[in-house]
Amino acid sequence: MISMNKVSKQYGSFHVLTDCTTQVQKGEVIVVCGPSGSGKSTLIKCVNGLEPFQSGEIIVNGVSVGDPRTNLSKLRSTVGMVFQNFELFPHMSIIDNLGIGQTKVLGRSQEQAREKGFKLLDRVGLREQAEKYPGQLSGGQQQRVAIARALAMDPICMLFDEPTSALDPEMVNEVLDVMTELAQEGMTMMCVTHEMGFAKRVASRVIFMDQGRIVEDDSKEAFFEHARSERAQQFLAKILHH
Amino acid sequence: MHEFDWSSIPNALPFLWDGMKISLEITVTAVIFGIVWGTLLALMRLSSIKPLSWFAAGYVNLFRAIPLVMVLLWFFLIVPHLLESLFGLPRGSDMRLSSAIAGFALFEAAYYSEIIRAGIQSVPKGQMAAASALGMTYGQSMRLVVLPQAFRNMVPLLLTQGIILFQDTSLVYVSALADFFGAAYKVGDRDGRLVELLLFAGAVYFVICFTASRIVRYYQNKLKTA
Repeated sequence: MISMNKVSKQYGSFHVLTDCTTQVQKGEVIVVCGPSGSGKSTLIKCVNGLEPFQSGEIIVNGVSVGDPRTNLSKLRSTVGMVFQNFELFPHMSIIDNLGIGQTKVLGRSQEQAREKGFKLLDRVGLREQAEKYPGQLSGGQQQRVAIARALAMDPICMLFDEPTSALDPEMVNEVLDVMTELAQEGMTMMCVTHEMGFAKRVASRVIFMDQGRIVEDDSKEAFFEHARSERAQQFLAKILHH
Repeated sequence: MHEFDWSSIPNALPFLWDGMKISLEITVTAVIFGIVWGTLLALMRLSSIKPLSWFAAGYVNLFRAIPLVMVLLWFFLIVPHLLESLFGLPRGSDMRLSSAIAGFALFEAAYYSEIIRAGIQSVPKGQMAAASALGMTYGQSMRLVVLPQAFRNMVPLLLTQGIILFQDTSLVYVSALADFFGAAYKVGDRDGRLVELLLFAGAVYFVICFTASRIVRYYQNKLKTA
């Protein structure tokens, strides 16, 4: 579904990503973790071309992201993305947030879009909020709407960029529950997250990054029980022992 | 000591009102065209296509560095001749109003584009990313997501600039166009009551602009609490 081959990116002389290579099969849930500044977010933003990269190749569902001839907008409409700060459109109601991509990008009718929107709001438990505006919702609710907005496009895979980092602690679980459910239904997912409980529950594989490199890329059992690199061991020791 | 005599004003009111209509016409048209052209300039300025961005930067810097009254004179003196020769219009057709409107619109666009550019930049970058991630093109993301938010934040500034523009319309007196100020001047000159007419005109400008800026302030506060 997603294949990366020696992806590198630099700002001037600073290497953000160096030779990142990995595959994601259909139905897999990949958790990407690592210290801040290790390039995790940049890596998944490269997958849908939100971040350009200088060398290497990323193929999503047979389409090369870095190829200048690729219609990036079309590719992005098939890849769902959820952001750390939700990024709902504040000037539109919740149901319109879910509808805009469907009508303007996929060309669905207003009625189809609303119907689909309501169905997805039902699913994330927010149907009553449909006519409200994002500013009237809690962070956890906004993030669930953001997930629904991405799902409204019927994506072939989903990217999550630290979806729970900006949330108050008591709201983290409602978002993780939605993500877990999604994973169990077989959605292909790449999640940048520090939620190791989530990784242990649903991840198929864990990628650990440090200084722009993929240091570990292994099954979750292997990663949590005997991470090979010292850097990953230190990281795990710090975040698991609190 | 000057003896005030206001008697020439009541009779002149219809003529003054005609002048006011011209002032308002210039203001409204120039605001609309200024905002449209200013938006395009702002988008060019922010564009990654260098020549567009250079053009917009040059345009804005040029118009912000020359006095408005000079731009109006240029338009008054040059543009009619240009149009006459370009479109074969009859010599001496009265194009003072249209050249004044064009001058204002092009001049104000430079100021509007700076307001709009700041407005666009005030919208968090993530909004553009989220719109792109849904598969929207750059144009769609701007039109449907970024610009509506930018304009919402900018409305008070755009209106304030409109009020300034309304005051500046008085400068069209250089082209002998009878806007409100020009009309008042003409009446005062004719009746030998210049002081009264100019005081009256000043009071009218004050009432209109002060009221308008209060409305803007009210809107601004509402926006803040929303």
